[in-house]
Amino acid sequence: MSRVHDMGGRFGDGAVVPDFGDEAVFKKKWHGRALAVTLAAGFLGQWNLDESRHSRENLSPDDYSKFSYYEKWISALANMLVAKDIVSVEDLQCLQGERALGSLCERIFRVENVASGLSKGGSTLRESAVAQLYMTGNLVKTKLAENRSLSGGHTRLPIYASQKVGKIVSFHGSHVFPDAHAHGAGEAPEPLYTVAFKAATLWEHPENSSDLVMLDLWQSYLEPF
Amino acid sequence: MPDDVHDSKHAHSVLPSDPTLRVKALETLLIRKGLIDPTALDAIIDTYQNKIGPKNGAKVIARAWSDLAFYDRLISDATGAVADLGFHGRQGEHIIALQNTNEIHNMVVCTLCSCYPWPLLGIPPTWYKSDAYRARTVREPRKVLAEFGVALPSETSVRVWDSTAELRYLVVPQRPKGTKGWREEQLAALITRDSMIGTGFPKDAQ
Repeated sequence: MSRVHDMGGRFGDGAVVPDFGDEAVFKKKWHGRALAVTLAAGFLGQWNLDESRHSRENLSPDDYSKFSYYEKWISALANMLVAKDIVSVEDLQCLQGERALGSLCERIFRVENVASGLSKGGSTLRESAVAQLYMTGNLVKTKLAENRSLSGGHTRLPIYASQKVGKIVSFHGSHVFPDAHAHGAGEAPEPLYTVAFKAATLWEHPENSSDLVMLDLWQSYLEPF
Repeated sequence: MPDDVHDSKHAHSVLPSDPTLRVKALETLLIRKGLIDPTALDAIIDTYQNKIGPKNGAKVIARAWSDLAFYDRLISDATGAVADLGFHGRQGEHIIALQNTNEIHNMVVCTLCSCYPWPLLGIPPTWYKSDAYRARTVREPRKVLAEFGVALPSETSVRVWDSTAELRYLVVPQRPKGTKGWREEQLAALITRDSMIGTGFPKDAQ
């Protein structure tokens, strides 16, 4: 029921290796190219943020584990370009291919739009008809960490916080719901909360009983407790 | 709903496996198809290499330490407060500022991917994106902090913020002692990137 990207709490990963701020922004030249190609292709507007996250998570566990960060990006990008019929597998093989349809070419992310495009972003806050069910201080229990509509679909409820009791600490209005938005089911905005979980609720052997883990969770992930 | 979940196609596998060649192949193909502008790629790289980075976040923290009204606004409406300083955009649409105190130490992670407040801190470093940081920070934050040379008293409560939605977190570290009367630029020089993620402290006043 889990995917390999959902690794919070996993054992066996070894030490974190800090850089203390010394690392170059792009350690290798191709890292920058990978980021730029991915962002520029994204500005064609043929997929949304949640689809793009899901495409990375959808890499096979073997690929996901062995690929470095930007290899995941570009490999998922190639898959998405094919899934959206923007390029064909044959195009990828021979790197030739016809020029894309004029309507798509018109959406090209031009150099003169880079500064404004990157500084704009895209808010996920929306008006919504879904009533806010929980108030700050309410106890809630998370449901199973799975997409409710589609087996194996995208979700932002991590496994380690599946079926755990936490406390609502803030409400953020309604936001685009990734579980729907990643699968062509519209934005389906609904209330978003920050929920605090005691370390002892999440882990059999917490480091310190006063520690908390805070998650941002949509209302559909929660039930009253 | 398109049935893309069980899609077993691995279209990417027809590309060269060497990542340098793999990126080059995609770039070449998309340019040939008229879908990306190579000069836009250079501009995107230049933006994240030279224009956006932790110095932006440091300006925000230095202002907050210097100006109580700004500090209050940062805590109540960080997105608006940082926009006033000119910082907004992709992966920073909804910013929340977290105050570190003697009682509470906040630190930020994204266990599911690598969400990070780009307009304030730039592109995340390799360790932030590593499996080790993503996997361990929620379960054993104090051991992870120790690997950064950070030791907290057991009375200090650690709050780990897992960035599961589009809210992006900026830690506001405590102002170092001995900096009374310092100008914002002097203060900004003490503020490390890691102190704004919660995996470090600002530098000591010299």
